[in-house]
Amino acid sequence: MHLIQSKSERLNGKVVPSPFLVKLDLFSRKCYAYGMLSIIDYKAGNLASVVRAVRYLGFECRVTRSINDILSAERVIFPGVGSARQAMEDLEETGIDEAIREFCASGRPFLGICLGTQIILEKSEELDTRCLGLIRGEVIRFPEPLLSDTGERLKVPHMGWNRVEFPERHPVLKGIDPRSEFYFVHSYYPVPVSEKAIVGTTTHGIAFASILEQDNIIATQFHPEKSGRPGLEFLKNFCGT
Amino acid sequence: MLSKRIIVCLDVREGKTTKGIKFKDNIDIGDPVEMARRYYEAGADEIVFYDITASHEKRDIMIDVVTRVAGTIFIPFSVGGGIRTVQDMRNVLLAGAEKVSVNSAAVKDPAIIADGARAFGSQCVVLGMDVKQVEKIEQIPSGYEIVINGGRTHMGIDALAWAQKAERLGAGEICLNSIDADGAKEGYEMTLTRMISEHVSIPVIASGGAGSPQHICDVLTEGKADAGLVASIVHYGTYSIKQIKHFLGERNVPVRTVW
Repeated sequence: MHLIQSKSERLNGKVVPSPFLVKLDLFSRKCYAYGMLSIIDYKAGNLASVVRAVRYLGFECRVTRSINDILSAERVIFPGVGSARQAMEDLEETGIDEAIREFCASGRPFLGICLGTQIILEKSEELDTRCLGLIRGEVIRFPEPLLSDTGERLKVPHMGWNRVEFPERHPVLKGIDPRSEFYFVHSYYPVPVSEKAIVGTTTHGIAFASILEQDNIIATQFHPEKSGRPGLEFLKNFCGT
Repeated sequence: MLSKRIIVCLDVREGKTTKGIKFKDNIDIGDPVEMARRYYEAGADEIVFYDITASHEKRDIMIDVVTRVAGTIFIPFSVGGGIRTVQDMRNVLLAGAEKVSVNSAAVKDPAIIADGARAFGSQCVVLGMDVKQVEKIEQIPSGYEIVINGGRTHMGIDALAWAQKAERLGAGEICLNSIDADGAKEGYEMTLTRMISEHVSIPVIASGGAGSPQHICDVLTEGKADAGLVASIVHYGTYSIKQIKHFLGERNVPVRTVW
């Protein structure tokens, strides 16, 4: 706690009353759930499309690097594209890593997208990077050569539209046709230790976990903000429940 | 299974969609923001805006178009044409494009590919290639040469070697345009598309020559393309996106249906 506060001070130039907020959390999460959605900016790619989609759906949001904004949010979206190593370095340097751990421990809704999903696992094969470890498991690269079931060579990155098989319907999938496709662009994919963490799977040569969950955390390898109507539906479900 | 993408290309000149044949005789055909929205609703998998505005001073119009499109459609879209520097790339990405396509600037200075990939990630950097068939000579062993200025300037660079170099430099995707086939509606350049696609591991978008759903089907199967770019075939209502996808689906080409 002390660590976070000191980092927050350095970041914002003022004292952030995070211990106070956390204390209140023990009694009622509503004490600091201002109805605000925070989208974490950690210099990993373009967040504008996530912001636009959320606002298009009629939800307020703020893009932030402030630890206080993360800890005081009602829900958090953790997007991102780019390199796991660079992202982790930024998160550690700013103390946002600790803020994310603390936010997730609070039980409030947390959505990881693409790189934001990969780095909530324990480690990534991408430059052998230690990650946040919120969900047990690792992130590995698609094998090469990657072949389809008919022996065709498949391309890496996995770029484009693909289906997500979801045998049991998670609340964030409400109203989404099971035949819907989502937009992917990635060369690495998450492998959670527990089968229970897998909500949806996608096949590109091999089957991989494309939607993960654990308690209040939901995480997608695809980009809901670029996945047309089903993607918007997914975001609406997350923002509105 | 990954779907094959149907990508709609909108040529934009001073804020208006336009269509020319073999890079000449352009006519205005509508508002790009409105057209993008319509194609998004109709099931296009991606949109490409190609800025053909000649004057440098009027380039800001394109940034405005990109900003307005970004708040309207929720599928990936890219912007190309007139991208000269990493700052040009940053401008369109910040305005809301997912990808930016570089073409002649990369031919003149390939470092822009690596610089762009480092700054924004490979997934943002599309290499646009304009290609013409030529006689096979030592310098052009594939028989396909890189051209710029709408095909008027031959660069003495082999198309296959260039595609492979661009991949090494960090391009995330290739948009392969055959100048010979462009605008003629007689089908994509199959030999070229297949050759490039089989020799790089990044996705290849076939461009130039779509006149019927069969052409698109051919380039996505025989031509090994990952996506097909369409323009006049859909702009003039000859075929709808839905008709094209239905045709492909019936022939077992995996395509995305909007549910």
